[in-house]
Amino acid sequence: MAKRSAPATAKVAKSTWATKRGLAQMLKGGVIMDVVTPAEAKVAEEAGAVAVMALERVPSDIRRDGGVARMSDPDMIKGIQAVTSIPVMAKARIGHHVEAQILEALNVDYIDESEVLTPADDRFHINKHEFRIPFVCGCKDLGEALRRINEGAAMMRTKGEAGTGNIVEAVRHIRTVKEQIEALKGQSEKRLRAAAKEMRVPYELVKLTVKAGRLPVVNFVAGGIATPADAALSMWLGADGVFVGSGIFKSKRPAETAVAIVQATTHWANPAILAEVSAGLDEAMKGIEMRTIPDAERLSSRGW
Amino acid sequence: MAGALRRKRQPVIGVMAVQGDFREHLDTLDAVGAVGREIRLPADLDGVDGLILPGGESTAMRKLYVRWGLVAPIKALATRGAPILGTCAGAILLATKIADGDEPVLSLLDMEVRRNAFGRQLDSFETELKMQSLKASGGPTTLRAVFIRAPEILRVGPAASVVAQLEGGEIVAARQGNVVGISFHPEIAGETRLHRWLVEQAATARRG
Repeated sequence: MAKRSAPATAKVAKSTWATKRGLAQMLKGGVIMDVVTPAEAKVAEEAGAVAVMALERVPSDIRRDGGVARMSDPDMIKGIQAVTSIPVMAKARIGHHVEAQILEALNVDYIDESEVLTPADDRFHINKHEFRIPFVCGCKDLGEALRRINEGAAMMRTKGEAGTGNIVEAVRHIRTVKEQIEALKGQSEKRLRAAAKEMRVPYELVKLTVKAGRLPVVNFVAGGIATPADAALSMWLGADGVFVGSGIFKSKRPAETAVAIVQATTHWANPAILAEVSAGLDEAMKGIEMRTIPDAERLSSRGW
Repeated sequence: MAGALRRKRQPVIGVMAVQGDFREHLDTLDAVGAVGREIRLPADLDGVDGLILPGGESTAMRKLYVRWGLVAPIKALATRGAPILGTCAGAILLATKIADGDEPVLSLLDMEVRRNAFGRQLDSFETELKMQSLKASGGPTTLRAVFIRAPEILRVGPAASVVAQLEGGEIVAARQGNVVGISFHPEIAGETRLHRWLVEQAATARRG
């Protein structure tokens, strides 16, 4: 082999696809918890959360209060960053380029372009390729997931119905993504190209997804997880990890519930352990039956 | 057949699967033709010849290791001479000292580490890294290294040695016998040489 000449300075590259997607890979098998105060962030970290989502109100309160829900106060996000050593995520409104710029300036670890907040743009999601910070986005089906990834999302979460404590929509969404990938397996190039056109994404992205048999980025389940069993069900359905919003701090015993959900996410395939960690948690958050939520109030229908 | 014989002698590599990017490590083991196994409970370690501690959140992992009694059996495995590779959070768990107050977890590698030493996610980076080969006969080698909210090895103690440094001098890989800790992620960069080394060491340890 030829000898190397004098060593050139190794080039350091930041905000590459490998680093953006990579942080999500490191979060797998873990629980990301919604927190509204530094004290809650400490509870989450103590319980073994892999990251926290800093926001002003948990989804169930946003749902109750109504009005326009926006990005959180930067001071509140900084307060949470100051007390925890785990990654801190924060939410920007769908399509709100400037809220995302502000969150990037705050040096958060991940931005959630989230339907839980009131959308700012009814036509375009944020062009996430323009940012150095990685994004996670919500999806209800394969097309929505691939459109977001095509826009630069480095992590996905199935939406579920946030703030309900009802897992049924979350189950429907992850199952839909899985079934739609399954249905494309073994299909001819012509059929895949037609599917790509229908989903409004490049053929190469569809091909990559079908070949891998899963989304090309990490996919968590969100929206309605209220118990350790809900978290384990999400993992059983193929989630890479879970987001828990109102489910922890709206339960009777948040610290214990947080620990139990962490254990259940690791040991999702071990019913004896699930039985052990599910015991003695008192009341979970009060849930909402889907029939009672009018279509116009469904957060998951925001985004497209 | 030769294939069947080879399979019989193949070592089993455990990958800690309480949290983190364990699937990427299992995929890398698969790519080098090795047998991997997910480890969540002490019983899963029975018959394991080598071990990988993946990347992830070390605060979450430490709680899960302690709660499920994984610390003692991992230490016992190291004592028996099984090779252990810790990547990023895994390296933090291996260290004898963690800067800024956290108690050490496994104390298998004589070094002090600092978590998130390079900053938050915006400072995550990738680079070409020169590293000493882990093989006795090998010299320096270059690999693609991805650092994600990575720890830095502040210093190594007398029992350990430095294996790789960034150009600025920051130590990012260290070794004590069969225990290796690295700040970066070969498993998400298509880099297989460290996994190959681990499998070879595990095979040797098993025969010995």
